[in-house]
Amino acid sequence: MACRWTNDLTLADSTPEAAFWNRRQIMAGLAGAGLAAALGSPARAEEGLEPNSWEEVTSYCNFYEFGTGKGDPSKYADRMTTKPWSVKIDGLVDRPGDYSIEQILGAMTLEERIYRFRCVEAWSMVVPWQGFELADLLNMAGVQDGAKYVGFETLYRPSEMPGTAYKVLDWPYREGLRLDEAMHPLTIMATGIFRKPLPNQNGAPLRLVVPWKYGFKSIKSVVRITLTDQEPPASWNMANPREYGFYSNVNPNVSHPRWSQASERRIGGGLFARRQPTLMFNGYEDEVAVLYKGMDLGENF
Amino acid sequence: MDVANRLLRRLPVWAVYLLGALPAPWFFCQGLTGGLGVEPIKALEHEYGELALQLMILTLAVSPLRRLLGLNLMKFRRAIGLLCFFYVFCHLLVWLVLDVQVLGQIITDIAKRPYITIGMAAFVLMLPLALSSNNLSVRALGRTWTRLHRLTYAAALLGAAHFVMLAKGFQIEPLIYLGLVLLLLAFRWPALRRPGQLPSTETASRS
Repeated sequence: MACRWTNDLTLADSTPEAAFWNRRQIMAGLAGAGLAAALGSPARAEEGLEPNSWEEVTSYCNFYEFGTGKGDPSKYADRMTTKPWSVKIDGLVDRPGDYSIEQILGAMTLEERIYRFRCVEAWSMVVPWQGFELADLLNMAGVQDGAKYVGFETLYRPSEMPGTAYKVLDWPYREGLRLDEAMHPLTIMATGIFRKPLPNQNGAPLRLVVPWKYGFKSIKSVVRITLTDQEPPASWNMANPREYGFYSNVNPNVSHPRWSQASERRIGGGLFARRQPTLMFNGYEDEVAVLYKGMDLGENF
Repeated sequence: MDVANRLLRRLPVWAVYLLGALPAPWFFCQGLTGGLGVEPIKALEHEYGELALQLMILTLAVSPLRRLLGLNLMKFRRAIGLLCFFYVFCHLLVWLVLDVQVLGQIITDIAKRPYITIGMAAFVLMLPLALSSNNLSVRALGRTWTRLHRLTYAAALLGAAHFVMLAKGFQIEPLIYLGLVLLLLAFRWPALRRPGQLPSTETASRS
């Protein structure tokens, strides 16, 4: 079921002179190649976030499997084979198995989501994603009653991933969400940006996008989704639990031990870009704060 | 090596200053025109910082290169050291003015973030070194000058540690810099342990 959620962006987020993407939800029942035509062309709107450019979104990436430099993914990710692609869905589900990307796309309704994207390194972008709600995919596999968490895994293929020659992280890259976070309508699996298929460096052919969490939670090039009753391992959390919590919700009041998270720099402002204040839950407080009611967000960072 | 030394003797020191300083405006212009990518502030900060570390390693390598290989760069050591300070200063300026911007946050960062505290300490240690890098100071301070300039060792260690500490995950490059600094410092160890006796090359820094 698509369109549980509607963009609610204000003028304060926008740049007056710029061309805007339509803030309305744009629905499409078509997958893959038909998507661009089905979604129509970009439109001006009174309100809305101005997305970053294609060049910005595709040239400035963290995808450590291809190297730790921001430009490494765009340089080396084309080595990754994304056809054929399948996602193993296992654990506490009724219909475990290997789901091919075609099978998944055939069953899903793609829609557009323009989200803020906030990296833990204190930079940010606005990205026009196309994808479907993770909840739809999980329901396709049938979530069992005992499931409390969802674990994700990125492709690990050293022959195509030069960055994995170094043990920067404990490969394969893994991430996790609580089941209620995973089922939240804001949480999507993206298949495209700018109405084009996801470039490899952005996590082709299928990636998670959780807009109220730091970017590293939005795991790329997903090959496995596991429903469990225990908190699944998360790569950055394993590498440095003091710096990267399991939740990693965007929170201007909780500093990273090595830098403040109170402000961020929007990519694209050039050499003299001003910092802007970081928003609680990256601006999605109204939608997601309820998930963490009663929790100490300083403790559970 | 004789050929190299002969060629080096003919290279005027001002040329080293000029060539060494050129990357600063070059990278700045690259940052303005998109040559440093879509996040030029961090890129510029990194370029200046890395150049400073490389020049620091080069100053530390001058003595070992002469003693082990017979390559004589002594004439350029002051220039290399001052250029190193120049890039540390540029790095600091980019961080202050372009990156962090907010005075309150700058102060918090220096006090609360160990890798920034360490970087700042390295800069402060380098200040007296830069200020006393002239013939007048060398003459006036005598043996004190030599001892004072051993602060270079501490600054180099702090600078390399600063790079290691800011890396995310396990990264090789900063560790290579730290390894080189440690290697070059180890080379000084025997001389430093002999009280009252200074390594001969450390005093010959007039140029």
